[in-house]
Amino acid sequence: MHGFMTLFKKEILRFWKVAFQTVMAPVLTALLYQLIFSHVLSQHVEAYPGVSYTAFLIPGLVMMSMAQNAFANSSSSLIQSKITGNIVFLLLPPLTALEFFGAYLLAAIVRGLVVGAGVLAVTAWFGLPLPSHPLWILAFAALGCGVLGTLGIVAGIWADKFDQLAAFQNFIIMPLTFLSGVFYSINSLPPLWKTVSHLNPVFYMIDGFRYGFFGQGDVSPWLSLAVVGGSFAALASWSLYLIGSGYKLRQ
Amino acid sequence: MTHAISIESVSKRFGSLQALDSVSFTVAQGEFFALLGPNGAGKTTLISAMAGLSRPDSGHIRIMGHDTVGNARQARMTLGVVPQELVFDPFFSVREALVFQSGYFGIRRNDAWIDELLHKLGLTDKAGTNMRALSGGMKRRVMVAQALVHRPPVIVLDEPTAGVDVELRQSLWAFVQELNQAGHTIVLTTHYLEEAETLCSRIAMLKKGKLLALENKDKLLAHSATREISLKLAAALPASLQPLKVREADGRHILQLADIAGLEDVLRELRLAAVEVRELSIHETDLEQVFVKMMHGGRV
Repeated sequence: MHGFMTLFKKEILRFWKVAFQTVMAPVLTALLYQLIFSHVLSQHVEAYPGVSYTAFLIPGLVMMSMAQNAFANSSSSLIQSKITGNIVFLLLPPLTALEFFGAYLLAAIVRGLVVGAGVLAVTAWFGLPLPSHPLWILAFAALGCGVLGTLGIVAGIWADKFDQLAAFQNFIIMPLTFLSGVFYSINSLPPLWKTVSHLNPVFYMIDGFRYGFFGQGDVSPWLSLAVVGGSFAALASWSLYLIGSGYKLRQ
Repeated sequence: MTHAISIESVSKRFGSLQALDSVSFTVAQGEFFALLGPNGAGKTTLISAMAGLSRPDSGHIRIMGHDTVGNARQARMTLGVVPQELVFDPFFSVREALVFQSGYFGIRRNDAWIDELLHKLGLTDKAGTNMRALSGGMKRRVMVAQALVHRPPVIVLDEPTAGVDVELRQSLWAFVQELNQAGHTIVLTTHYLEEAETLCSRIAMLKKGKLLALENKDKLLAHSATREISLKLAAALPASLQPLKVREADGRHILQLADIAGLEDVLRELRLAAVEVRELSIHETDLEQVFVKMMHGGRV
């Protein structure tokens, strides 16, 4: 247990020591999205009845930022340790697969939540109403970060080089987050793309998270919880299996 | 008594390369043991297998009786490894690195021992320095400290003095000898054979994944005792001694003897031929000669 706590603390400090880059930068990016999109589209779109586009956009941006940063935290930490070789300091001690997984996962969730809180703090002024279901918000924030943090562990273990990780990020994570209804309600899409969006687990994270703020979403929050929870369970099992088997970590 | 390290028929293959080929030996508790061999002999592969960084295809390794696969946690608790590659975490200071390393082994409040390690390794005034800012030699010292945070009874040092200045080499060996005298078992690989010769009591030589020799150091040297004597004589070398001559250098005859007892025969022949000896010196075989001989196919 102390091994887990130590690794968790190390992972927190790792991103906190460079918070300007790991927390401030994504908050600024989200703020820019908010400024530009709300300026361009506020007069044209009303996503849900009674919900302005400007307000609709905020939870989407918060969840997107949390997801991307949770992924970035575990994946970049692991690939840096692998490439520089200092992962050996984690492989020599008697850390269990669960301790290893848990520490990286929890640190990714914390980074995601810190970034999410930052994005929320700078964008809420654009007209976000008081949340109607705070528990749903917390549940989807934690689970969403958990899914992407776990995916980051898998990607960090799998990738041998930075460009492989960048490809994973640019060709899988970015499309999944951008095409998940961050910037629009999928009800506004043509039927085909609406169906395709339903296959994207990130859509459910954002929709469930948004439900917590507005009390309405494209699908039921229970369905979203089932999809996001199921995705997390599957990815966590896979990740634990990879760590336990020593895949790419122990030859 | 349980062996500090027990290696039983360990084989490991990487693609077409047989990195370890049924290697077996044991290291007793308290031994100072050297693992020698040229690059690619399998030394690091064997150390990785001991440390659980890689898994043997077949065979077993036990550290203080704990199987490195079946009882990996206990095996890792009893082993401290200084890896060959110079690696460090650039985010943290020396002390942070050591506190974290203690924590991974489940140790809280290890400050007294960390302070002692810092002191012994000459790192006290670098404790707050970021790892990035240290010289190569200093980083190496931190790696030694990291391997010792959990006070392992068995310590493996893989080329710890590669690229390290003379001062550090000496202070490092003094510290490692101190640990050995305190009861720790030490296994080292090194390219500096005189280090192995001075420090170690027993030696294993590996070549192409196979164990070539495993001996007490003195025995190994004695076995291959092709001692040479250098003679400066007042007259020509008697014909009876010509077969022993290997070369001439600076007006001296260099003779090769099977063992030191042969010296008496040489002196008797010289007395019989009434040849006066002006200078005589004996060159003992060193580990380097044995090593080169073995690696070129000779068996001791």
